[in-house]
Amino acid sequence: MLQLEKQKKGNIDFLRLIGEVDASNSLLLDQSIQELIQEGISSLLIDGNKLNYISSAGLGVFMSYLEEFKEKGIRMVIFGLNDQVKEVFKILGLDKLIPLVNDQTEAEAHCYEE
Amino acid sequence: MIKLKQKHIAMKNKLHLTCQTSALSELRTFLHGTLSEVQLNDIERHQVTLAVEEVCANLIIHSHSCNPKEKIELEILKNRNEVIFEITDQGEAFNLLDYDTPELKQVVEEKRKGGLGIILVKKIMDEIEFESKNGKNICRLIKIFPLRED
Repeated sequence: MLQLEKQKKGNIDFLRLIGEVDASNSLLLDQSIQELIQEGISSLLIDGNKLNYISSAGLGVFMSYLEEFKEKGIRMVIFGLNDQVKEVFKILGLDKLIPLVNDQTEAEAHCYEE
Repeated sequence: MIKLKQKHIAMKNKLHLTCQTSALSELRTFLHGTLSEVQLNDIERHQVTLAVEEVCANLIIHSHSCNPKEKIELEILKNRNEVIFEITDQGEAFNLLDYDTPELKQVVEEKRKGGLGIILVKKIMDEIEFESKNGKNICRLIKIFPLRED
């Protein structure tokens, strides 16, 4: 089961992932990010506090947007991941491509950095 | 009595999965239960679950085109210091070992969504074996863990 919640706070867009992302629902994650891009975003903070699991299908969605975000100057930061899920990002070296921070405050601070 | 008990355990370690992606959560629940008594820490258990799911998801999507009439079978064998996941199917043979693991950079540049799963399986598991005969494919994933004093 995966639930996705969007929230806006000033110039920052939040996408909260609740549950598990696998090959059965990664398309929903893809669609949500697609919609956000169409709405026009500058910073996308992914709230992973309630993300229990993510397989390569979900990780692939994040990876597939890295180039586009770079071209459009969109910042993406992921925060709040539990140790198990964070380790999966690390095995692939994704922590070198996407900033992973502990909490929302740190994630917001990232958006104001030049 | 003892024989009966062993048979019961062996049955518990087998799962038939319907070839549709919605079966993946059922697979995780099964692995969670079966691996609870194996001497792996939480992070290792999570990773092993992920690797088995990646192989099953690959088979379900690519070898069986998500056809719910087809099934794949997973059997878990636990030894003293290793756990073996034997995944059997009768679709088009998909030998993980034949696939080069792509570089991460390549995955990003080509915006490809596949390939990551194979990298994960190869990094997480200690040994991978594959055999295919008489229309039956067996993929064996082996995770070795250090023996701990009880």
